[in-house]
Order: sequence, then C-alpha cells, then structure tokens
Amino acid sequence: MKVMMTENLRIDLGTEQWECRHCQNELISARDNYKRALLVYNRDPREIHKPLLDPTKYKRTYSPDPEWCRILEYYCPHCGTMIETEYLPPGHPPVHDIELDIDKLKTQWADRDEVTEVPVGTEPERHVHSHHNGGQQ
Amino acid sequence: MNEHVKLTPEQQELLNRFVQDNKMFYAPDPAIMENHRIEPRSDIEEQLLSGDVDPHKTNEVRGLIIAALDETHTMIEQMGAAPGAKWGDMTTAVFTAAGDLSLIAPHGVGGFAAAAFYPIKFINKYWTDEPTVGVKEGDAFIHNDARYGGIHNTDQSMMMPVFWKGKLVCWISATIHEGENGSCEPGGMPAAAESKYDEGLKMPPFRCAENFELKRDIVTFLQNSVRDPKLQLEDMKVRLYSVIRLRERIMAILEEHGEEALIIMLRKQLEDVVEEVRRRIAELPDGTTRTVSFADSTLRENAMLKLNMAITVDGDRMIVDLRGSSPELLNRSINACQASFKTMLFTGYMQNIWPDLPFTMAVFTPFDFIFDDNSLINGSFETPQAMSLIPLFKTMTIACIPMAKLNYSLPHRYTAMVAPQYDQPATLIYGGLTQHGDYVGNFCADINGMGQGGRSHWDGEHSVSPPFAAHCDLGEIELMEEDLPMVRLGAFTLAKDRVGFGKQRSGLGYEQIHTYRRSGLWGFMTGCSGSLFSSAQPLFGGYASPTYPLCKIKGVDIFEELKKDPSKIKFDICYLMNEQPIEGATYSTHDLGMTFELAQPGELYMMCQGAGGGYGDVLQRDPQLVAKDLEEDLISHDTAREIYHVVYDEENLLVDEEATRQAREAERKSRLARGVPYDEFVKTWTTPEPPEHLPFMGCWDQQDEIYGVMMGQRVKMDGKAPLQSQFMLNPKDVEIAGLKAEVAALKAAASQSDA
Repeated sequence: MKVMMTENLRIDLGTEQWECRHCQNELISARDNYKRALLVYNRDPREIHKPLLDPTKYKRTYSPDPEWCRILEYYCPHCGTMIETEYLPPGHPPVHDIELDIDKLKTQWADRDEVTEVPVGTEPERHVHSHHNGGQQ
Repeated sequence: MNEHVKLTPEQQELLNRFVQDNKMFYAPDPAIMENHRIEPRSDIEEQLLSGDVDPHKTNEVRGLIIAALDETHTMIEQMGAAPGAKWGDMTTAVFTAAGDLSLIAPHGVGGFAAAAFYPIKFINKYWTDEPTVGVKEGDAFIHNDARYGGIHNTDQSMMMPVFWKGKLVCWISATIHEGENGSCEPGGMPAAAESKYDEGLKMPPFRCAENFELKRDIVTFLQNSVRDPKLQLEDMKVRLYSVIRLRERIMAILEEHGEEALIIMLRKQLEDVVEEVRRRIAELPDGTTRTVSFADSTLRENAMLKLNMAITVDGDRMIVDLRGSSPELLNRSINACQASFKTMLFTGYMQNIWPDLPFTMAVFTPFDFIFDDNSLINGSFETPQAMSLIPLFKTMTIACIPMAKLNYSLPHRYTAMVAPQYDQPATLIYGGLTQHGDYVGNFCADINGMGQGGRSHWDGEHSVSPPFAAHCDLGEIELMEEDLPMVRLGAFTLAKDRVGFGKQRSGLGYEQIHTYRRSGLWGFMTGCSGSLFSSAQPLFGGYASPTYPLCKIKGVDIFEELKKDPSKIKFDICYLMNEQPIEGATYSTHDLGMTFELAQPGELYMMCQGAGGGYGDVLQRDPQLVAKDLEEDLISHDTAREIYHVVYDEENLLVDEEATRQAREAERKSRLARGVPYDEFVKTWTTPEPPEHLPFMGCWDQQDEIYGVMMGQRVKMDGKAPLQSQFMLNPKDVEIAGLKAEVAALKAAASQSDA
C-alpha cells in the first residue's frame, strides 16, 4: 500500500521507501530524511522575487536581501520536480521537516483502504461581478 | 522559611491566611496564564452530565444562545465607534461559570473570546471572595492588559457574570479592538515602547459598572488616560449595552429551559470538542513535523528573530515544541506572553486547519506546549508587549506547514490544504488632530485585507481577510475620510507581480497610497517585518511572498501637483518610485517598521498589503491559468516566461501548449544539472554558527544553544536554563557611532592626502 504524504511525496508501506509522486521513482528509506535523496540548489531570491523598484535608486525593492535570505530548492533527482522549497538565512541548517514512526504508520493503515486520489475538495461556484456585456456574465 | 522550623497545623493555617490576606500585588497568576485546558467538571456539571442528556434540548439552547450572540455582535457593529468595530474586529461570547469559553458570535473574532477566559478566571479566583471587590449581579468588569489574557492591549473587553436564583451560572463578554489606549505613540500599538510603562492603559480585570451602569469616576479616569476620550466613553457604553442585551437573552433561556439546560449545553460543547479533537489527532500519523519562521525586524532595527516549531503526534496527544525560538528583548515592544501566543496559534488552527470545529479553546485541551522561559513568545512580565503582533501574526500561520505535512495523508479533509496567509499587520497607523478638531490615534482597516496562501485545489483569494478572522472587512474609504484628514490616493489596486508563485498561486495584496490635508498636526507609523526576508512561507515546493518596503515621497504637496498637471501623476507605487514624476520631491524606501513620525500635508506614504505563500511546483501550474493571470494584470510577461516557463503570444495571450511543455522539460533538465546531492550540499552550505553580519536570535543547529544580541554583541546561551533577556542599543546611538566613524575615516584620509 502507498500513502500520499505531501503534494509530491508518498510512502510505500511495503518497501518502506519514500517515492516521488510525479515520476513514481523510489527516493530513500521512509525511515530516513527524504531530503537526503533530493538535489538542492541555493537560489538567489532576487531571481524569483525580482526587483520591482530600480535597484540603482533604492535598497529596498520588493526583492529579499540575499545576505539575509536564500531559497533552497529541492528537486527530485529523477524528474526534476520541485519537491520542496525552504527560505533560510545563509548557512542555516535545513530543517528535518518530516520524521514519522513508520511502524505505527503501517499499523494505522492496516485497517484503511488505499487512497489513490487526493480528496482535495472543490471550489463552490461563485458569482463574479462584471460590467462587461451590460452586466451579463 | 527555615526548614527546621516545624509548624503546627494551626500555625500553618494562620500563616496561610496571613499570606492570603496580605498579598502584595495581584499579578497575573501563572496557574491561570499557563493553563490552556478546560477546567474539571464542577459538582453541578458532574451531576447533570452523569445523567441522561437530551441532545435536542441541548441543540435548541445552543441555537438560542448563538442567535443572541449574533444579535449582540450586530449591536456592536452598528454602534461601535472604533474603526475595528466598524469592520468586524470584535466579538461577543458566552463562558461557563468557571470561565471556559463555550460559544462566540457567528461572525466574531475568535481570538478575542479565546483570550477573555483568562481574566474571567482571574476574577473568579481573586475578586469573588475579596471583600473590597466581590462579584455580584449587575457588575461588569473591564480589561485590556494581555499579561492577564488577551492578544494585545488595544483590545478592551467587558465581562459580566450572569446569576440565576443567586448562583453564578455563566459569564458573558464583549470585546472590541479599540486602538487608542494612551501609549507613547498614537493608536495603541507603539513600536517605540521600550518598557511596559510606555504602553499606556494596562487594565487588569476590574469592575467598571455596578447595577448595570458604568461608574462615571472610573470612565473619567480611563478617558483621561487616552488620546480619544470620546471613543473610550462611547465604546464602553456599546460593550456594556451589548452584554446587557446578551444577559437578557440568557435570562429568557433560563426562564424557558431552566439552569440545567444552560449548564449542560455550555459544558457539553466543551467536552464534545475535546473528544473530537482527540479523535482527529489520533487519526494523524505518529511522528514529528517541523518548521521555522523568521521576522527580520524589531521595528526599531533589523534583527533575525527565529520562531522554531516542532509538532509531535503521539496517539491522541499533540505536543507543540517552541524551544529554540528567539530570546525576549527587554527594550523592544515585540514580545508576547505564552497565553497570547497560544490564543493566536489557536486562532490559526481555527482559520486554516479545523475551521469546522466550534470556536472554543477546548480545542487545545489535548495539546501540550513546551517553551523556553523568557523567549520572544513566552515573554516575562516586565517585557513590553505592545507590538506582540510581530511574532503573533506569524503564529497564526506557522502551523499551516507542519500540520499540512501531518494532514495530507488523511483519507478525508476537514478543509483545503492551504499555504500560509500573509502574516504581517500591513496597515497604516495614524495619529494627530482631525479636521473636526479632535485628537485621535488608530489604525486603518487594511489590516483585514491580506492575501491568502495557495490551496490544494485552487489559487489563494486576493486580499481576503486578516489571519485572525475570515469575515472582517476592509472598510469604506469615504467614511474614513469623513472622520479623518487622511486621503487615500491609491486603494485596492492589486500589487502586480507581488505573488507567492506556485502550482496554485497565492492571493495578492493591494497597494495603499496615503496622504492627508486640512490638519496642522498629523503623522503615521507602520509596524511590519518582512522587508529583507520573505514573510509568508510556501508549501510543498511553491515560493513565498516577496518582501515589502515602505515607500515615501516627501517634500511635496501632491494636491498642488495635481492642480498643476494631473496627467503626469499615476497612483501606482512602482511607477511613482521608478519614474519619479514629481520634480523636487524626495523618494525613498524603508523597512516596513516605522515608529511614529509627523508628516507634511500632501506627502505620500505608500505600502502594500501582502501576498500569501505559493502552493506546489510552478512548473505544474496550468498554463491557461498563467494566461488568465496575465489577462487580469496580476503578473508581468517576465513572470509568465521566466518563473512559470509558459510560451504564448504576447498579443493575444494564446498559449502554445507544446512549446510550453518543451520549455518546462528544459527547465526540469536545468534543475537536474544545477542541483547538488543533499549530503554533499549541506557540507558546504551549513555553517557552524550564524554569519557574522546577521544579528541572529534563536537556535542555529542545536535547539538548546540559543544566540542573541546583547548591547550590539552576539551572545550564545544555554537553552536548558531560562534564556537571558536581550537589551538592544539605541538605534540613534548606533547611527551616530557609524557617522562618527565615517567622519574620523574621512578626516584621516584628508590629513593623509594633505601630508
């Protein structure tokens, strides 16, 4: 049985492996830190949150300061999906964000059916106000 | 006492009575303030709940109470004078006789009610049997000091006991964010407070009404202590009359259904919630999830203040471990006490994680908390806490990430997975003399317009709400302009490209461009972090919100410029700052934490309400949704191409699906080429301690080794002992020292060149 743990990761309870949900490849033991199976890139935050105010005129530009903030991008080593991102000060140890008791997880799912589609829910229909077409939608 | 002295039982009793009768100061009681759990059943509750309980009767009584809460909440909304009351920053609530919060108004701000049970428990414990105080029918008690319970001292509560046949059967309350409270800066949230004695009114719970009437001497004292005596009087009346109406409705329920039905309903509500939360925790995977969050400012200077959180599920218990967070700052106003922290964390759970549960602090009864003593979020009694919103706004969203990592696997959902909402109080605080000749100080309702984080099934909503309540409104600018000299030149324009990018993008915040006229004395302050380090964190591989500066255009009267040539002024922050269309003006950007400063009429102060965090990988965003974002002018072409890697025709926005697929595949290959295996990466990335240039506060690689900044010097302390309170240098002294060093260096260079 496979249990979906995040938008991008699942655990195969039989093989006790973390797997990528996008390319289906095995990553690392479910008892280990999944990040150890991933590739990491130290991103200058100005490349993502680009300066919207002229950096030659101003120090504060809507971009994070790279001396204070870096983005760690974690990629699946097989398909390149961005599994996780982490905003940290330079040099700050990455956070071990998920550490589960795999034996208890197996017991917990022994009585549950496998979930193959995430119950994400739906957005209720809404009225959108418009002045186009004489107010008609 | 000398341990060799043996007291007889009579002597011990005498000593106990002496200590009780001669208490020096009724400070906040740790036994109340550190206990977030519901009280044990009282004798009558035990007796009633041990027997048969009629669920239909309970439900009927619940419905009647909720209707009464809704009615009295609406009364405040219609009559309240505070800006907060006009736009939803308030609630009415009903508590058990022991003081546990059972029900709030359907559109109430839950955090307020969840904070009011602390002062009620204080009154029960200390004032009921105190001969000089007592608690009797017709009394009402007022309170605002967060050290006795509360979020921050701008919020004032009116609490009334309800008696039936001579016995206390429940408590009721009404709370409003009043704003002005006589603090050292107008508006009640002073960033400049360097001690708690700069905070203005600090009301422990005390009686302000007898026989259902306000005591005018007390009201006068409070009016005399604040800048806005009209506001103080009016809203004390509003709160009193709303709780009187609520009491009338409760009395009608007692007459019709009896006290037993009321007591059963109020208590059963709590116990049912505790049982349901235990069930929800037990269905989560056992284990620990962790996150960190950083505020980059004390509002007086930049500092990297860490919030460290680990959530552990162990059967039906949830343990929230906050150790390793920043130490408290003795002369900065951004500390919070642990009761305020828990209240806001609870508010975040109710908004983002279990919004379907009844709003009662009973939700946290199955929770354990672990804090370091004297941390930023477990601040000691002496610390100033007037701007506790800096850690507390983060507190409301911080659990989204670790809880999503626990919740995701569940076969069912209680709500959508959601990335953190924007988490800074991005609103202008103002003060001065109005066009009507009144002194005022308060804040704008823009605090209620934060962008939501991206969600598992859809994008985040734009400028939807504050993180503490889903239903507060942004306010009507025209109404504000009638009361105040402020003029809003740009409002509610969504801040293009300031987005938490992701598979599901965040909602956007909006631009606020403020000025004023027709006042001889007016000024502004702002109180946010997040100008250097992104505030709202992403979920599952999305990107965070950007950072946000405060922008000023000074040395100009915009009204004169508009008279001269309105065509050259466009009220768009990026346009005004980049193009600098007003000649002779001074343009500058700053941290979004600014202590109060007086402005000249017509000068511009510009800021943004922020975006939430993005959800999921940007390369998985539907290209058609990217095109829609372009069409709605939410993002630029640069963003569409370089962040989302979508290929399309810029003229008609038609997406080339195949070229997009290829562009995204190429980007995935680039990721594989530039990414470094984790173990190898951390060898070069992780440093043994924070970089020298960062004024870092909190743990680094070990939870029990805490860094701080004491009088400008980095310190490292043992996290197992109470943390050492930090004391910051005066920022002006730091600036003067820097300028002196610059002058000395210039003089030395000049004398060298002379030689």
